[in-house]
Amino acid sequence: MYDKDYIEKINEKKKDWEETTVKKVTSKYPERYEKFYTNSNQEVDRLYTESDIQDLDYLEDLGFPGQYPYTRGVQPTMYRGRLWTMRQYAGFGNAEESNKRYKYLLSQGQTGLSVAFDLPTQIGYDSDQPLSQGEVGKVGVAIDSLKDMELLFNGIPLDKVSTSMTINAPASVLLAMYIAVAEKQGVSPEKLSGTIQNDILKEYVARGTYIFPPQPSMRLITNIFEFCSANLPRWNTISISGYHIREAGATAIQEVAFTLANGIAYVEAAINAGLDVDEFAPRLSFFFNAHNDLLEEVAKFRAARRLWARIMKERFKAKKPKSLMLRFHTQTGGSTLTAQQPDNNIVRVTLQALAAVLGGTQSLHTNSRDEALALPSEDSVRIALRTQQIIAHESGVAETIDPLAGSYYVESLTNSIEQKAREYIEKIDQLGGSPKAIEKGYIQQEIQDSAYRYQMDIESGRRIVVGVNKFQIEEEPPKGLLKVDPEVGRKQEEQLKELKSSRDNLAVQEALKELEAKAKTDENVMPAVIKCVKCYATLGEICDTLRGVFGEYKASVII
Amino acid sequence: MTQTNTIRVLVAKPGLDGHDRGAKVIARALRDAGMEVIYTGLRQTPEQIVEAAIQEDVDAIGLSILSGAHNFLFPKVVELLKKEGADDILVIGGGVIPDEDIPGLKEAGIAEIFTPGTPTSRIVEFIKENVKH
Amino acid sequence: MDLIQSVLNGEKRGIAKMITLIEKNAPEAIEALKQIYQHTGKAAIIGITGPPGSGKSSLVNQLTKKIRSEDKKVGIIAIDPTSPFTGGALLGDRIRMQELALDQGVFIRSMGSRGALGGLSRASYDAAKVLDAAGMDYVIIETVGVGQSEIDIVKLADIVALVLIPGMGDEVQAIKAGVMEIGDVFVVNKADKDGANRVVTEIEMMLDLNTEKDAARPPVIKTIATTGEGIDELNEHIKKYWHQIANSNELAKRRKERIRSELISITEDHILNQILSDKSSKIDSMVKDIYEKKIDPYSAMELLIAPEK
Repeated sequence: MYDKDYIEKINEKKKDWEETTVKKVTSKYPERYEKFYTNSNQEVDRLYTESDIQDLDYLEDLGFPGQYPYTRGVQPTMYRGRLWTMRQYAGFGNAEESNKRYKYLLSQGQTGLSVAFDLPTQIGYDSDQPLSQGEVGKVGVAIDSLKDMELLFNGIPLDKVSTSMTINAPASVLLAMYIAVAEKQGVSPEKLSGTIQNDILKEYVARGTYIFPPQPSMRLITNIFEFCSANLPRWNTISISGYHIREAGATAIQEVAFTLANGIAYVEAAINAGLDVDEFAPRLSFFFNAHNDLLEEVAKFRAARRLWARIMKERFKAKKPKSLMLRFHTQTGGSTLTAQQPDNNIVRVTLQALAAVLGGTQSLHTNSRDEALALPSEDSVRIALRTQQIIAHESGVAETIDPLAGSYYVESLTNSIEQKAREYIEKIDQLGGSPKAIEKGYIQQEIQDSAYRYQMDIESGRRIVVGVNKFQIEEEPPKGLLKVDPEVGRKQEEQLKELKSSRDNLAVQEALKELEAKAKTDENVMPAVIKCVKCYATLGEICDTLRGVFGEYKASVII
Repeated sequence: MTQTNTIRVLVAKPGLDGHDRGAKVIARALRDAGMEVIYTGLRQTPEQIVEAAIQEDVDAIGLSILSGAHNFLFPKVVELLKKEGADDILVIGGGVIPDEDIPGLKEAGIAEIFTPGTPTSRIVEFIKENVKH
Repeated sequence: MDLIQSVLNGEKRGIAKMITLIEKNAPEAIEALKQIYQHTGKAAIIGITGPPGSGKSSLVNQLTKKIRSEDKKVGIIAIDPTSPFTGGALLGDRIRMQELALDQGVFIRSMGSRGALGGLSRASYDAAKVLDAAGMDYVIIETVGVGQSEIDIVKLADIVALVLIPGMGDEVQAIKAGVMEIGDVFVVNKADKDGANRVVTEIEMMLDLNTEKDAARPPVIKTIATTGEGIDELNEHIKKYWHQIANSNELAKRRKERIRSELISITEDHILNQILSDKSSKIDSMVKDIYEKKIDPYSAMELLIAPEK
């Protein structure tokens, strides 16, 4: 908070400056546009001063790193203590191929694993189901049973690496497989660290890999919360994801608002299931996008941290500091990559990664230059990882905490993003919370309106994308793109056949029956799921059993 | 009576891919260009797409895939259309599709492939110029 | 004509093509309609209408599944509004009928309301005839909106189901005037939501006021379209009602009214179109004359419709 008289003086002087100094120039050389906007359509002023952040109270609104409201970061020393986790999302083809890529990434200095599963796995189908045709091993690795999971982590000590798994509807099954693999390695569950995405609400809104209707889905999620708080204390039980909401076209403000609204829904569901907020909240984690508007993105991360801390404290009366901290993973924005002049994407990714680091991320995935064309090649992935390493070791931005704090512009953007996200959350509360707002199509509609506006801005030339609507060149098609072996599907099918003839099918039937019975009660299903995977029931069999009890979600499409 | 020639287009997402931002933006753009757009949602099998295209008697089908399953699913749609004697319907595709896959897809009967960064106006034009009325 | 035979054989391609001709206002469409007319009149035409978001498509999906389990064929016409500015439309009702997509006994056609602002276009009347002639046992017409389209659907359907949902008390009030009378069956969908019973009560109260003494009182049925609850009951009521009107002179009376209004409407259109195409230059000069007060609009009209000498 600033001295009122002094602010008055600044305002006066600024007006002076605009009417004299500025006008002299603009009368001859007008500015490039009449009005300027951020990437999220917030209007940007010519110049920011103390006057724009006059209500900011340092101790209340910013505070210190590792202290409420965590605007400046969740750890006391941030990157001076330990750099963020460099975690490249990877996986394709079968388990052996992906295992090789993981070992390569670890050998190149990556510090955590991030598993991409193929679509059949994400939707709970085995590789031999008709709907899986053409999709096996394409956007990630194909996992049909514990056998595949054993191969995937072969030679990777699970007590030494942390593993993030992008899995939602069947998260309980993949987590169960991970626990089973660890057990075979002699690693007990309490030593495991990592994350499952487990965020079903954004699947309904933006990503599309749902299986069950909302209610049983929320129950599976709270079952996992409960199971992990008793058995896997170091495991992040959910990664509440704004990433895909942003990719679907949302603005930075909407990304924060809809993600935190989903977060609120999960907290409420867990409390309603009888859990104590301080028991599970410390294991909630978040996942955000980083787009090109560097300063707006930095402000977004800071605003999200502050807003979540306030929500947890004020709304849910959480007491443990860890319950109040918004810890997050960041991935650079896939939708900002262009198929045209793909090398330019390296520069975009650099800006985005820088935003994430300046915004205080806990872990980071940097996209590869060729991802608008195909899955990334090994060379491209290396450049992407090197981008993070250059920011970490050469740019100097990691040497002090939250270096952009106090910038009039960044603080003003942080305030406005928090404020506008709060307004959205209030609106969602009025609609009955985020699951209701999704059912009504409100959130989808807001996102799609933004997506359409963005596209039309590009087509009208109001927004410039280098190489796409300006500075185009004739170019040769890029070479050396990664090709997924088209035989993966067939190989998986063969392996499934073999598995089904060699395992103890009686035990499988029994385990599935037990799961079915548990699913019908309100008991925790995790122990039954673990039993199923251990006797090599397939992912498809387990999910089909649950489909039988829970039914399937039918999307209401909003355009 | 005055005859009207509203172009009808089916926009579909074959396969399991849930990324429908592009499909929805295009559906809107085609509507704003005066077309009737039938959107069928996610996880469509080629059989469902072809059946819908026939019942709706569309002039064109727009397929969108970002998962890499295009080489299998796009040709399958064209093949089924042929089987039903409905191969006069224009089929176009879009998504994350490597250049080297495009000749093969065109040979299979996909009229045009639009990769990321294509303005919607170009797709509108292409449809207007190429549908058979 | 191949097309006619194909329609009468119930072939999907033929049905689809003929509906397209109708939508395009093609001259062949009228010829084809003349030829299939003999074969219409067998299907029960059900109109399903209600405000946006009331779950009509899901309801149609469930009802159709039920009807199919009795081995009857179903044609569905789903109408969405056309943008008056661009002429384009997003037709999204199919999404909620995915389960029916590959059923050979079901034909689904999405239509834009096109010319008929907020109401049902002539094309949907004629499309229903095509489905009827193609051997469908039921033709279900689903339309969005509150107001004119509900009234229009009466002219077309043998049975009208009006769909309402909880949490829209005001809207029940709003559609009360003129629209409540047209329901032969009232459906309170999303009946698992709070306030379902209140909607039922409101409808019952309105029926108390509106139902004529000796007229049959329409039933009010609670459904949950997403799970299929209440669909059996809805189906039974529709069947019962159909028997009742088919075995009295009610069906004939309704259909004659429909034919009358259709005859008048196509005559109107025909005459108007003829005048517009034959005498467009004359109209232009008349507008000028009327503006300059050389003639009044009524005398001008008399001149316009007078037979050419």
